[in-house]
Amino acid sequence: MKDSLIDYTLHLADNALVLGHRNSEWTGHGPILEQDIALSNIALDLIGQARFLYQYAAALLNAGGGGPGVSGGPGVSGRAGAGSGVAATEDGLAYHRDSWDFKNCLLVEQDNGDWGKTILRQFFFSAYQYYFYQRLQSGKDRELAAVAEKSFKEVSYHLRWSSEWVIRLGDGTEESHRRMVGALDQLWRLTGELFAPASYEKALEAAGIAVDVAALRPAWEARVGDVFQQAGLLMPETGWQQTGGKEGRHTEHLGYLLAEMQFLQRAYPGNEW
Amino acid sequence: MVDTVKIWSLLEQVNDPEVPVLSVVDLGIIREVKEAAPGEMGPAAGETIPEIVLTPTYSGCPAMDAIRMNIRMVLLSNGYRDVRLTTVLSPAWTTEWMSEKGKDKLKAYGIAPPLPLQQVCHPGLFVREEAVACPLCNSWHTTLISEFGSTACKSLYRCEDCGEPFDYFKCH
Repeated sequence: MKDSLIDYTLHLADNALVLGHRNSEWTGHGPILEQDIALSNIALDLIGQARFLYQYAAALLNAGGGGPGVSGGPGVSGRAGAGSGVAATEDGLAYHRDSWDFKNCLLVEQDNGDWGKTILRQFFFSAYQYYFYQRLQSGKDRELAAVAEKSFKEVSYHLRWSSEWVIRLGDGTEESHRRMVGALDQLWRLTGELFAPASYEKALEAAGIAVDVAALRPAWEARVGDVFQQAGLLMPETGWQQTGGKEGRHTEHLGYLLAEMQFLQRAYPGNEW
Repeated sequence: MVDTVKIWSLLEQVNDPEVPVLSVVDLGIIREVKEAAPGEMGPAAGETIPEIVLTPTYSGCPAMDAIRMNIRMVLLSNGYRDVRLTTVLSPAWTTEWMSEKGKDKLKAYGIAPPLPLQQVCHPGLFVREEAVACPLCNSWHTTLISEFGSTACKSLYRCEDCGEPFDYFKCH
């Protein structure tokens, strides 16, 4: 139960950190200043959410019982946390784990591509996170519920912003429409994972700690369908869906992201300023 | 014995580094000041230390670390060597907690204060908040430029009468 809670908290933290990092890659490169700032603000919110979650995961790891250990467990297990002599920290969890330790969904780690792909990725995830945090607020774990309560307000802004952009681009010019269709081709097959519970989610569901993600699907589809209709985009058939990220099996993109994000701590371990 | 009234008045001197006209008390992020038992490194047993309970405006607000440090500095320079700072997330901060005095200071500084009627972001499409008055010329003829402004807590507007762009401390 405790191991599942650690995995679950890391899964939520990794989702937020990885998408936050992806969005931060746009800082200084946005199409216009206001949207550069908007996406950087969203990145900041997500990284802030990730920090609260990693701090909680570190506290759980340090409180005893140890980490999940074997494959799929936090990379720090065995090296940090209870009984190891090394305390787990939020930074250690972000910078010292390798790609197979990360439990984020495949959707959030995809490369930014063009503005259309970045927008669509954000929209799919914000729509998911909106309904997700709404439910998690009444979850039985008080720490996670508090993070959800705080984050829900922020995600409302992300969802509104990204929805409006999907409509602008889908219903914009021939070129912007073509690019949205291209982005949809690349990202749609990664949305199913959001609603396919991993082992640790199933383990915590009965206890009322984890959100039943499969149950979020109708609300998510309704929102996406509504926005797509206004954007002149066709809602694809569900079709074949790729999964694995939640269990540590990632696409090639995550490794490149971590290589950049973790560079400083890999080159100069433990460095601080 | 911790004099919480004095601590509250000292906190009035700690400003938000991003919006330096507002104190952390004006901002409504100080939830509680209380007496706490000292930690291992604290003063002798039997004595108590002040504990300050804070809540962030936004999860990723980069000013929070600076605010925590500034609180420690102000209290230290007033003789409080050991202080505990605790962060709570629930209930989540809302612009309703901003003091009326704080709202006046914001407006004088050129930032439109949050509207008195609590409005939480509605995910509806292209839904606009009620009109926001220009803090410079008081015109209500203003337009939203971007929901995300120079900091996480602000959005960007433009006044159609005086032509000035301005920040709006958005409702949250």
